[in-house]
Amino acid sequence: MSAQLDALPTGSADTVRKGPLRLVLSRAGTMCLVELQKLRHDRTELVTRAIQPALWLLIFGETFTRLHAIPTGNVPYLDFLAPGILAQSALFVAIFYGIQIIWERDAGVLAKLLVTPTPRIALVTGKAFASGIRAVVQALVVLILAAILGVGLTANPIKLIATLVVLMLGSAFFCCLSITIAGLVLSRDRLMGIGQAITMPLFFASNALYPVAIMPGWLQVINRINPLGYEVDALRGLLIGTQADLGADFAVLIVACAAMISIASALLGRLVR
Amino acid sequence: MSTPSLAVAPSLAVHCVGLRYSFGDTVAVSGIDLDVAAGTVFGLLGPNGAGKTTAIRMITTLLPAPPGAIEVLGTDVARHKLAVRRLIGYVPQQLSADGTLTGRENVALFARLFDVPRRTRRSIVDTALESVGLADVADRTAKTYSGGMIRRLELAQALVNAPKLLILDEPTIGLDPIGRASVWERIGVVAEQTGMTVLVTTHYMDEADQHCDRVALMHRGRIRAEGSPADLKASVGPDATLDDVFRASTGDDLGTETGERMSNVRSARRTANRLG
Repeated sequence: MSAQLDALPTGSADTVRKGPLRLVLSRAGTMCLVELQKLRHDRTELVTRAIQPALWLLIFGETFTRLHAIPTGNVPYLDFLAPGILAQSALFVAIFYGIQIIWERDAGVLAKLLVTPTPRIALVTGKAFASGIRAVVQALVVLILAAILGVGLTANPIKLIATLVVLMLGSAFFCCLSITIAGLVLSRDRLMGIGQAITMPLFFASNALYPVAIMPGWLQVINRINPLGYEVDALRGLLIGTQADLGADFAVLIVACAAMISIASALLGRLVR
Repeated sequence: MSTPSLAVAPSLAVHCVGLRYSFGDTVAVSGIDLDVAAGTVFGLLGPNGAGKTTAIRMITTLLPAPPGAIEVLGTDVARHKLAVRRLIGYVPQQLSADGTLTGRENVALFARLFDVPRRTRRSIVDTALESVGLADVADRTAKTYSGGMIRRLELAQALVNAPKLLILDEPTIGLDPIGRASVWERIGVVAEQTGMTVLVTTHYMDEADQHCDRVALMHRGRIRAEGSPADLKASVGPDATLDDVFRASTGDDLGTETGERMSNVRSARRTANRLG
């Protein structure tokens, strides 16, 4: 057995030293990989989480397409709705990600992660994009479902990749919002409550279900400051080719994401005190 | 705070000067000086609430320490957090493996977090798993492991970094006797073969007596006695145990079960159940 232990590298001299940016990217990659490994061991979650978006598309989407109640121009309502539901399912994954952080705190996992050479901002970025990976895998299920229902989705690979990037950014933002709330309330139950209280308002106060043009003025203002609105706008533009201000959408999502990662990192310390 | 003079011999794995920490009005650590010689198994003993975990959390960079208060192998903890983290392996009090990942994935995660290069990662993960006797169950998810197996898995997670200083907080809490024995056995083997320093907290005096080269008895945020178990016991009487030493140096009875102690044990048991 001594031969085995001698095979371990002596001290940390052998390990790769990385600059701050490479460190953050490396940690984000590690967290995403772990997320995929967890998904592989528990695929039921992928199915259960697909039920809600499926119902939205099947029942709400099909019904309102026939009703012609919501003016979506020459785009069928189901097509209009699909990117909104995509964003919603990603939102639901991300907004409860803070629960996992609190679980990891209670289980000592967070302390152990923080005693590795991982700066807090790298850990939060890693977690944020790991939730993005989960959202993207979830989105693939919703996308396939939408395609089966006959939604006219783009086949342009660049646009599809951009779609995944938008989903990652949106999820990272809401995941960090969730970690921020976790850092403030420090309890799983309260985070559950707050998460449930804010997801529907975020969803309804966005252009996920209806075009901005038919919203009352005050709702348009809220949609303007709701990152979900920009996420849906970008997804819709990319997937079904409606008019979208992609430059502004990406800019807002990237800035919001960076800001929220910083805030969540600053609050992470409260969880290990 | 003025920097105290730290003429640290390289033979010290941990060097604490006037360490103190308060949570609001509660003083958890009240000015302790602690030296842990490199290559020893050092036990920090005391009942729950003595301040052991707080001291450990300061040494592991989880709680802030003022510059000059703590050095790990000559590196200041406050000034060089990341460098210190590369030197230590840490096993927290709770059973902290991820039950949804396999044993191998749990260890590989920490190999990545410690920047073990890709070309050697697989063999290092395998070696770490073998060294704690989990190679044959490495591809089962950790939720199927017993408490003792999870502790050994955590030991493997800490070992992939080949730390110079291994810090374990209450490694045997909530484990059955077989689990306890297997954890101490592995700690002993690892310490002997790698020569790494082991800093361990426990409130089980008999375990410390059996497995530690040197112990410090902590009570209400202060260190009340320090030395080898044999010397400490001899100073009290011919048939004294470490419990007697504790009683003699604090005037307190360790056997008294405090409410907090029970709740901690319960929470550790819950964790053990949750993970299977």
